[in-house]
Amino acid sequence: MDLVIPKIDVVSLGPELILSIAAIFVLLVSVFLPKGRKDPAAYLSLLGIFFAFVSSIFLWGNPRYSFNNMILVDNFALFFNSIFLIAAGLSILMSVNYLEEQEMSHGEFYALILFATVGMMFMAAGSNLITIFLGLETMSISIYVLAGFFRRSNKSNESALKYLLLGAFSSAFLLYGIAMMYGATGTTDLKGISEYLSKAAYLKDPMLLAGMGLLLVGFGFKIASVPFHMWTPDVYEGAPTSITAFMSVGVKAAAFAAFVRVFLYSLWNLQPDWNHVLWILAVLTMTLGNVVAISQNNIKRMLAYSSIAHAGYIMIGMVASSELGTSGILFYMLAYAFMNLGAFGVIILYGRKGEENLDINDYSGMGFKYPGLALLMTVFMFSLAGIPPTAGFVGKFYIFSAAIKSGYIWLAIIGVMNSLVSVYYYLRITVMMYMKEPVKEFAGLKWSPSMAIALIIAVIGTLLIGIFPSPYLDLARQSVQLFM
Amino acid sequence: MIPLSYYLILSAVLFTVGVIGVLVRRNAIVIFMSIELMLNAVNLSFVAISKHLDSLDGQIFVLFVMTVAAAEVAVGLAIIINLFRNKETVNVDEINIMKW
Amino acid sequence: MTVTGFFFFSIAAVVLISAILVVVLRNPVHSALSLVLTFFSLAGLYILLNAQFIAAIQVIVYAGAIMVLFLFVIMLLNLDKEKRVGEKHPLQKAFGIAIAVFLLVALGSIVAAGVLYGNKGIHTEARVSAIGNTKAIAGLLFTDWVLPFEIASILLLAAIVGAIVLSKKEL
Repeated sequence: MDLVIPKIDVVSLGPELILSIAAIFVLLVSVFLPKGRKDPAAYLSLLGIFFAFVSSIFLWGNPRYSFNNMILVDNFALFFNSIFLIAAGLSILMSVNYLEEQEMSHGEFYALILFATVGMMFMAAGSNLITIFLGLETMSISIYVLAGFFRRSNKSNESALKYLLLGAFSSAFLLYGIAMMYGATGTTDLKGISEYLSKAAYLKDPMLLAGMGLLLVGFGFKIASVPFHMWTPDVYEGAPTSITAFMSVGVKAAAFAAFVRVFLYSLWNLQPDWNHVLWILAVLTMTLGNVVAISQNNIKRMLAYSSIAHAGYIMIGMVASSELGTSGILFYMLAYAFMNLGAFGVIILYGRKGEENLDINDYSGMGFKYPGLALLMTVFMFSLAGIPPTAGFVGKFYIFSAAIKSGYIWLAIIGVMNSLVSVYYYLRITVMMYMKEPVKEFAGLKWSPSMAIALIIAVIGTLLIGIFPSPYLDLARQSVQLFM
Repeated sequence: MIPLSYYLILSAVLFTVGVIGVLVRRNAIVIFMSIELMLNAVNLSFVAISKHLDSLDGQIFVLFVMTVAAAEVAVGLAIIINLFRNKETVNVDEINIMKW
Repeated sequence: MTVTGFFFFSIAAVVLISAILVVVLRNPVHSALSLVLTFFSLAGLYILLNAQFIAAIQVIVYAGAIMVLFLFVIMLLNLDKEKRVGEKHPLQKAFGIAIAVFLLVALGSIVAAGVLYGNKGIHTEARVSAIGNTKAIAGLLFTDWVLPFEIASILLLAAIVGAIVLSKKEL
């Protein structure tokens, strides 16, 4: 038997390779660093992230399949790559001092973030269900560990266990869906599936529809859509805060990347079938996320429910099933990355070991004591609520107008009503900060250069995208052009 | 020659048994074992379909599923050991500082 | 009944009974041991399906490595019988079983037809047995599927690092 080695196009793997090598380097270097002073490992990982970003830019605009159609490096994947890299970079910057303060500064933390990012990139670029599945598992396994990284903390352990059990449960569903897809179409290649379905003769094959449903369940778990959202608040609350930030942006973006790629590209011919389901799920997800977020008193739990609601808004972009809707998803994900990471950054900075200050009441009076920090938090809260001139407003605007253009006027109306509800709980924090007397003494903030840089990047991103959205929207448009 | 549907039905039943185990049992390790049952059910589907379609892709998929399962078990049991060290229990009902 | 039919039905019966025992038995060690039995008998089914390589690694990886890890941890933690099964959450239990039965009916009715319309591949039984199952898989794995193979190596590395980070006494 002759082996025909496929063309190995290493360049197309650039970002993934750079990050993997950086991760291994971080592991090696951190062995030689003194105990508790592992911040050089963080800076080394940031260097890797920077180079991965550069190599993503070089690949831009030159879509190609490589490794026997296992991955497709197109602008869509590269746009998501930049979101993952932003999420990873900002989370690492926020973690440096946080970990030292919690006495958990270890190089493995940063290496695992890099491995998780590699997994996310394979999810976004995967053009075969196996690549997507393996990318998803690489990401999830690293995140299980990171969620439980504070080994002495019961909450962190609990968060890791819940995430692990429900994550593994959901990957079993995803896998069963892949098996049925494979049975119904004879291939796991996304292009092959789409070509097979274009013949339209077998579109009512029950096995195909069941496979699609199971894939929906699998992805639904990862994007935290109702009714598969139960794990979100507990996992987000218990995990180390910088990991919560990374999860809420990175994991969600990666899951959406694969979700969009599979449903809007491969299963495009089944669009009439999945569209109704997604419509209902989007409404449920938004509404439940927002309504339950109102009654939360822990700020991490509140942001967890808010992230569920944001998944609902993004799903509207999928229901719209148009080029505008898809570019709206990309744009929204980018905006969400900046504002959500920023909000979690403020939470990290406002807490310390033994005094996490996670109760919403702890924020009262913050505006008088720390005006700068309170101003940042206000910007992020305004953006999450979708108030102009912030990135969140523009993102919502594009998504809702895409829905209206595709004829889903009711969906857009429900979305707008939902974001009105969300204004209540986001502004509650702002009101607390500026209009209430402080309830307790707090020993002062510990600003660190890395945290300051992270917050500045986040706030600049939030405002810049909000005030000058068109270049970013153009990038998002270019990323979906080859797509449909 | 056994018809394909027999294998697929066996796999569906096995998957359901796994799902029941996950939903009903309270011991984290047994829940984890039930998830392994579900993965094995999927593997059975893959191999049966692979034979029926004259393609080896399904068998290769199974190989990767096993890899992933092994990695997941290693990490999962480490998490469970860690939890046990702190709390002396693996019962998911007692693991509830945060409400579910 | 043909010989293969006899083997299929007896192995399938063992698979089902041992799988149900995994879920029903109270003692985690007994559950784990019946899971080993399930894995072994599934390997038998893989041989019936002409997938010798998968059958071999099923025994080596699943029944060997993974279950040993499970048993090791159960014994390390010295777990007792599970108490209070179903006492605290009768509603949850009923709900779980209802969902599962629904799932079974839905999946069962879908797969019972057993007709695959998908495109057939080139690896017919005759061809594979001429090359040899393991060799054919290896050939595919290192050519067309080489990228997933490499991703799997990253995944395993991440898992190793993770397992050590979590369970090492002093980091």
